[in-house]
Amino acid sequence: MTANSFTASDMADHVRRGEMTAEAATMACLEKIRSSEPEIHAFNETFDDHALEQARAIDQRIAAGENPGRFAGVPIAIKDNLLIRGEHCTCSSKILENYVGTYDATVIKRLRDSGAIFIGHTNLDEFAMGSSTENSAFHTTKNPWDLSRIPGGSSGGSAAAVAARMAPVSLGSDTGGSIRQPAALCGVLGLKPTYGRVSRFGLVAFASSLDQIGPFSTTAKDAALLLQVIAGQDDQDSTSVAENVPDYVAGLGRSLKGLRIGLPKEYFIGGLDPEVEKAVREAVKALESLGAVVKDISLPHTDYCLAVYYILAPSEASSNLSRFDGVRYGYSARESGNLMALYERSRGEGFGPEVKRRIMLGTYALSSGYYDAYYAKAQKVRTLIKEDFDKAFQDVDIIATPTTPTAAFKPGEKVSDPLQMYLSDIFTISCNLAGLPGLSMPCGFTKDRLPIGLQLLGKPFDEATLLSVAHAYEAQHDWNKQIPTARVTA
Amino acid sequence: MTITQKDVEHVARLARLSLTAEEKELYRAQLESILGYVEKLKQLDTDNVAPTLHVLPLSNVWRKDKAEPNRLSTPDELLANAPEREGPFFKVKKVIE
Repeated sequence: MTANSFTASDMADHVRRGEMTAEAATMACLEKIRSSEPEIHAFNETFDDHALEQARAIDQRIAAGENPGRFAGVPIAIKDNLLIRGEHCTCSSKILENYVGTYDATVIKRLRDSGAIFIGHTNLDEFAMGSSTENSAFHTTKNPWDLSRIPGGSSGGSAAAVAARMAPVSLGSDTGGSIRQPAALCGVLGLKPTYGRVSRFGLVAFASSLDQIGPFSTTAKDAALLLQVIAGQDDQDSTSVAENVPDYVAGLGRSLKGLRIGLPKEYFIGGLDPEVEKAVREAVKALESLGAVVKDISLPHTDYCLAVYYILAPSEASSNLSRFDGVRYGYSARESGNLMALYERSRGEGFGPEVKRRIMLGTYALSSGYYDAYYAKAQKVRTLIKEDFDKAFQDVDIIATPTTPTAAFKPGEKVSDPLQMYLSDIFTISCNLAGLPGLSMPCGFTKDRLPIGLQLLGKPFDEATLLSVAHAYEAQHDWNKQIPTARVTA
Repeated sequence: MTITQKDVEHVARLARLSLTAEEKELYRAQLESILGYVEKLKQLDTDNVAPTLHVLPLSNVWRKDKAEPNRLSTPDELLANAPEREGPFFKVKKVIE
C-alpha cells in the first residue's frame, strides 16, 4: 500500500502515531503529481519546497511530543482563489497572474493550525465563473476518467486532483455548483456547506451572497474531518454564523431508519440523461433499503432558478470585481494616457471573455432604469425559491436529485453558447439561492465509464445528516474507491 | 428584448471596460439572448413578496476592535503587488486634469 492510497483520515492517524512521517506523505503526493500532472493539468502551481518545509516542521513537532493537530501531515490541494500568505493567487486570470497573497484565508489559517500541508493551487474557470475550466486564462484541466473530456468547474482542478489521487483532499468554492458539479463529473465527493457555515475571509469574492468554501474527498469521513477543521464563526467574516459545529466524524454512524428523503419531480425532466436518471434512482432505492422513506415532492419555482442566478451572481460579481483597477495590484496597462484609460484598458485586457460578459450583464442589471426590472425582481423570486425549500423541509429531512443532467462533456461543446453552458448547472443553483448545504457523491458510471453524481440537499446547518447518508451509502457501494486510469474515449 | 450598440457602450463605460468592436457586437448579441431568457421572471407576480438579499437573518454584526498583528499584511507585502510604487506609496495617474 502506498501513501497515495491512504485517505486523509488514515494519513493523519499514521502521522500522529509516528508510523509515517509528514515528509513521506508529502513526498508521495508530489511524486504522484509529477507522474499524473502532465496529462491532467489540475494545478496552476505546486508548492514543492514550501510543502516539504511545512511537513518537516510537523515531523519535528511530533518528535518533540507536541500535538500536531487533527490534520497532521495531510497534503491538501487548494483552489487558486483562496489566499495563502506568500504564494501566488491567480484565480486563473491574467489580471492576477503575478499576484502574491498577503494573508492567509481563514480556512487556510485553520488548516495550517491543524497541521495540514498545502501542496499547490489548483486550476479553475477564471474567477470561478464557468463549468468546465475552459475559462481558465492558463489551461483546461482534463477529466481523469477520460482525458478528452472536461472535469467540470469551476473547481475542476481541485476535483481532478482528488480523483487522480494527486491529493487525498482539496478545497473548492461553490457559487452555483462549482464544487458539486465537478465532483460529480470526476467521481469524487464534494460538499457545499450552508451559507454562513464556513468563513469566506480570504476567498476572492465572486458573488458574496452565494459563495461558500467546501471540501472534495473520496470518502464522507474525510469530508467530515475537513469540514470540522474549516467550519465555524469567524470575526473576519460578518456573514459566518455562530451556529454550533457538531462533531461530524462522530456523527457518521447514524442509522438511516426513518430518514425522509424527498424526490422533487422538477429535477427528473426532459434533458436528463437516462443513464444518469437510472443511477440516481437506484442510489435512492439503496438508501430506501437502508431504512429511509422516500416521498415525492414539488419545488414549483425550480424553472426560475437559472434566470434568478444569472441576474444575481453577475450583479454581485460586477460590484466585487470593480476592485481590479490596475493601481493597487494586478495587471496594469501602465502606458495608458490618463486614469480612465488605465482603468478601462487594465480591465479590458486583464479579464477574459466570460468574466467581461458577466461584468457587462451585472452592470446592465444594476444600471439606472433596469434595477427594479432585473435585480430587485430576481431577489423577490429568490424568496419564492427559498420558500419552496422551507415548505419541502417540513415533510422531508433531505432532498435527493441528480447533480448534473449529463456526465462529463467535451471541451468546445458548450463554450460558444453561454446559455448552454449555464444549463449544465441547472440542478445545483437552487441550493446556493436558498443557502442550503449540498453534497454530491459518486453513484455509478455511464456505459462509457464516466462518473455519475447523486446530489443531496439538506436543511440549513444540517451538513451532518448529508455526511451520514453518504457514509452509509459508501459502506455498501464502492464507486468512491474506484480509481481512474487516464484514457481517451472516442 | 433589444440591446443596441449604444447600450453596450454605455454599460462598458459604467463598468470601466475597454472593448474591441468585435467584443461589443458579441456581448450585444449575448446580452440580448441571456436577458431574453431572464424575461421569464416576469411571469411571476411578486407584488407582495419581500426580496432576499442574503439568506441569513443577520444585521449589524459587531466584533471587538482588536487587531491580530500576526494576521495583518505588512505595508511591504501590500506594496510588493503594486504595478507602480514610489517609496511607501501606490503611484496613481493624475486624477485632476
